[in-house]
Formats: sequence, C-alpha cells, structure tokens
Amino acid sequence: MTGIDWLILGLYFAFVLGIGVALKGSMKTSTDFFLAGRAIPAWVAGLAFMSANLGAQEVIGMGASGAKYGIATSHFYWIGAIPAMVFVGLFMMPFYYGSRARSVPEYLRLRFDEKTRGLNAISFAIMTIFSSGISMYAIAKLIQTLHVFDGVFQRLGLNSSWIFDFAILISAIVVLIYTFLGGLSSAIYNEVLQFFLIVAGFLPLTYLGLKNVGGWSGLKATLGPSYTHSWAGLSHPDTNRLGVEWFGLVMGLGFVLSFGYWCTDFLVIQRAMAAKSMSAARRTPLIGAFPKMLFPFLVILPGLIAIALPTQPAVPPHARVIVAAEPPGKGIIPMKVDASSGKPMLDKDGKPQLDYDLAVPSMLLHYFPPGMLGLGLTALLASFMSGMAGNVTAFNTVWTYDIYQSYIRPGATDEHYLWMGRTATVFGIALSIAAAYMANRFNNIMDMLQLVFAFVNAPLFATFLLGMFWKRTTGHAAFTGLLAGTAAAAIHHGLTLPAGAVVGIKGGWLAITHNYPSEMAQNFWTAIYAWTTCFIVTIIVSLITRAPDETKLVGLVYSLTPKPEEEPMAWYARPASLAIMVIAGTVLLNIIFW
Amino acid sequence: MGIDIRLPLGLLFLLLGAILLVYGALGDPSLYQQSLGINVNLYWGVVLFAFGGLMFALSRRSVRAATTVRADSTPPSPRSSGH
Repeated sequence: MTGIDWLILGLYFAFVLGIGVALKGSMKTSTDFFLAGRAIPAWVAGLAFMSANLGAQEVIGMGASGAKYGIATSHFYWIGAIPAMVFVGLFMMPFYYGSRARSVPEYLRLRFDEKTRGLNAISFAIMTIFSSGISMYAIAKLIQTLHVFDGVFQRLGLNSSWIFDFAILISAIVVLIYTFLGGLSSAIYNEVLQFFLIVAGFLPLTYLGLKNVGGWSGLKATLGPSYTHSWAGLSHPDTNRLGVEWFGLVMGLGFVLSFGYWCTDFLVIQRAMAAKSMSAARRTPLIGAFPKMLFPFLVILPGLIAIALPTQPAVPPHARVIVAAEPPGKGIIPMKVDASSGKPMLDKDGKPQLDYDLAVPSMLLHYFPPGMLGLGLTALLASFMSGMAGNVTAFNTVWTYDIYQSYIRPGATDEHYLWMGRTATVFGIALSIAAAYMANRFNNIMDMLQLVFAFVNAPLFATFLLGMFWKRTTGHAAFTGLLAGTAAAAIHHGLTLPAGAVVGIKGGWLAITHNYPSEMAQNFWTAIYAWTTCFIVTIIVSLITRAPDETKLVGLVYSLTPKPEEEPMAWYARPASLAIMVIAGTVLLNIIFW
Repeated sequence: MGIDIRLPLGLLFLLLGAILLVYGALGDPSLYQQSLGINVNLYWGVVLFAFGGLMFALSRRSVRAATTVRADSTPPSPRSSGH
C-alpha cells in the first residue's frame, strides 16, 4: 500500500466514525437505538437489507466459489436469495411490520409463546456472535495475508506476528465506536456506504478482468462449459462442479436454506422493521433484490477470471506481496500454504490445494494500480466491518428486548434499556473477539457457517410458514417442531459423510449410512431433512394440542388479518410490480447463463 | 431520522473521486501497465466524482424543499404509519 491507498482508507474510516458521531444526538429512546426510530426510507432500508448480508462470507467466499465451481455459484443468488426476498416482502412483511414486534423472536412470542421466543432468541444471539467473530477473523486474516501493515510494523520495530491481533483489535474498536454511538441507524448508513464502495471498487475489476480474458466468450473458451453454465449438468451430481443434483439444489438451497435465512433471520428483517411505513417495509427486500440479482457479476465473475488467467506469479512492485516466493497455483490463485511448515498443502490425492479465498484479493493486486487498489481494499474492509456491525446491532437488540427485558430485568425504564443496548454492544464485540480466535482454528469459513446455519436455521422457516399461514399452529407445536428439526439436522449430519472427507466435523460421527458426492450436497440434504421434520412434527403436535385463541392472532396470521392497504403510489413502485420485475429479470439471467 | 444519508455519501464520493482523478491525471503513466494501459484512476475518479456530486445535489435539494414547505407554513402531510 502506498500513500494514496492509505489516504483513501483513512477517508473511509473518518466518514464511518463521523456518521456515528453525527447520529449520537438522535439516540434518545431505545426505539431510536434498536430500530432507527422506525424512520428509514425504503431505498436506504433496501440497500441495507442486501448489504447486511454482504460480509466476509459473501465477497471473499463467493469469489472463492466462483473460482472453484464457476458461474453455477450464482445459484446462491438467483435461486438462493431472490425468490425468498420476494416472498418475505410480499407475504411476510405485513405480519412482521404490522404486529409492531421489535424483533423476530418477539414476533414468535406474540404468535406462539414464551418458550419458542426464548429458544429462537438464545440460538440467534449465539449465532450472531459467531458470525461477527468470523467476519473479524476474515478481516485480520486478509490484512495479514496481503501484508497491509507489514511496512508500518517494520518501521515501528514491532513483531509482525502481532499483525493478526492488531487487525482484530482495530476492526473491533471501529465497529464498537460507530454502533455504540449510533445504534442501528449507524449500522444501516454504513451498510449503504459499503454498498456503493463495493460497486465502486469491484465494477472496474470485473471490467478490466473481462476485457483481459476476451469478454464472456473468451472466458467460455478458456474455461470450458463446466465453469460457464449454471443449470446444464445438474441432472446428476457427477456432471457438474457443485456435486449436487437439481432437486437437492432447488429444495435445499432454493427453498429451505434461502427462505430460512431471508425470511426469518433477524439480521436482515431488522432492516425492514426499521423502515418508515408498512409499504416501505414491504418494498425493502424487493428493492434489495435488484442489486442482489446483479451482484454475481461483481463478486463471482472475478473468481472465474482469476482461475482463467495464465498462471504467472509476477508481482507488481508496489504490492510487496511475497506470493513470488510461493509455488505457482492456477490462474492467479496461489496454492494453499501450511503456515507452520511453509510447504504447500496437499489433498488426499497428493495434489496441491489452491487457496481459493485469495481469488478476489489476488485480482485486486493483479489489476489495480495505487489509488484504485486503495479503493478496492477499502471496499473489502468496509464489507467485513459492516457485516460485523450488522450482527452486533442484531445481537444487542435481541439481547436487550428478548433476553434481558424478558428474563433478567422486566419493567425497567426505557433509558435503562437504552443503556443496556450500549452495554450489550460492548460485550457482544468482546465475545466476537473470542469467536474470531476460535474461527482461527478452522479453515473453510463458508462450510462452517453453513453447518451451523443448517442445524439452527433450516427448521425455522417451517415454523414461520405454519405460524403465519395456518391459524391452528400452536406454541407447543412450534417449540417441539423446532427442537425436532434441529435434532434431525444433527442426526442426519452424524449419519452421512461427503466423498473424500474424514469422520468428524464433516459428518459421520454417529455411523456412516450414506455417502454424498460433495459437502454441498450433504448440507442441502441436512437442511431438507431438518425442514421436513419440523414441518411434520409441528402439524402433528398442533392437532393434538389445544387450538390457540383466534382473537389474539389478529395481525399475526394471514387468514385473520385484513389485507394491508396500499398507499397511493406510481404503479411501478408498488410491491407487486417490483416483485414481477425482479422475478422476470432473474428468470432471464438464468436462461442466459443456462 | 438524524441525517440524510445522501449527504455523507455524496461528500465521500466527491472526495474519493477527486483524489483518484487528480492522482490519475498527475501520476506516473507507467503505473497503468497492469490495468491494461487504461488510466483507471482518472476515468473511474471522474465517474465517482460525478456520482458524489449527484448525491450531494439530491440531498441539498431535499433540504431546500423542506425549507420551502416550512416557509409556506403548510404543515408537512402526516405519513401513514402503515396500519
């Protein structure tokens, strides 16, 4: 990094902290702090809805998957996000926003009972800490790998082994300051800044990369059809790079995992709950879906380009990366090197493994001169930090409203809960730091996230679907169903093993009854089993327990709630019109990249 | 609430754009060999500067609109809270 790159990074930090300071004065009630005063315009909430998810997992992980699996990675967007975003906006938001629940667990208390809320609140709180820790770990790892601080540390005579710790500390402090001061508003505003920074930093990267490899047709010629088709070859796991068949993909990813995340995860739903009106809340996920639909071109394509480029360890002099000392990888992606021995890591066939997580950072270093390099790295860091802030703000809300106010200290003043929210921000970040050091022990960030996600989140959508659309669903049933679903996920994972994996964290820890062709296939099927178990158990238990009192379910269940009145607005801005446009666009993209 | 996000967004991109385009215009042209001979700093700096300017102008316009409404002593129409 040269002077101009530092200047750009410094400018971004100044704005981030400045926004926190500017918002400090508006934080008068707990609603201001936790729900941004329910005053956020639809387009801001929509961009935040999408960007809250755009953390480490997305930018580095999707580039890595692009290099590994090709354009089929876009399934994580086109069927793994868009349909669920449309569904939550059109059909679920009337109940989330209309019930005036302050969080997703609180909706569960209103609709079901205290124990269902408690289960969801506690598991969610743990998951957010974990995710925020993973983001922090990813920032620190990236800073370490790209040798961002090495020059500074050398000049100050400090030991370079502290860089990882220093990077954790600095990102924690920055996120702490701006979320402590400005709460959810601060997080949302920074998510919007981050969105535009990612576009600003990555659009020229995709442009230069595509120009270099001869456009999409050049990419197709270099990589071959297995990298450049998203649906062709999905009839059998052996004929596509993902190692899944279409049914597992559509049901596991497109239905269970995707709806479980976008329709029930408070991290994203909180952005819509902060919107200024019902119609703004409904449009929030729909507006977010438009950029979401196009993001594969920004985050996945660079991964494909990285693997398509001729293998060359040439390092631009200003980048000062020691990639040159390492063995060549494929394209511009280096090999995975064992940190302790300095030797390349081998897979079970004795072939060296590629460090796919470096696909996107390698692209930045390859194409960007000083100046743009600073912008690109700033965009990466911004996405990590706002991913972390998103988790921290969701954590402090659920902790304060659903755990502290419900079980530890009910009936205190609003000032007290505002104070508690700020305190929760501090210890939430402290716990995230602990999680970051834990994450340091695991290698593939995305696989681990998906595993935890499948156990806890996969059954959730069955509970919400039944809760919102079948008035007979009871609290006991919801609770039992969730536990059964999570148990089913764990048992399925314990009984199956992906091809080539070792018994343990990858599965098979009970007994091996089935081998999946890939880890992704196992994840998708774990989710399908969890969802189905929860769905069936919830229905059965509902039918044998006492029906809930219908008068208490008005505003919470579809058949007992009057249809939301449409505010007068132009036809193209209405939720239904936006939904049709985004679905049409997604179908078109699927056909083009079939 | 608080602030109009377009104001800080506009200012940030005006500054980022200005830094990149000045650096691109005055810097060493040999830097751009790695970006396929394209002076990305200059061209993209111009684009970001224009975007920043647009966002800044939009935020100023809405401030002016709000002031005019107040000057006319017309109370701003209460927005439906949605339910």
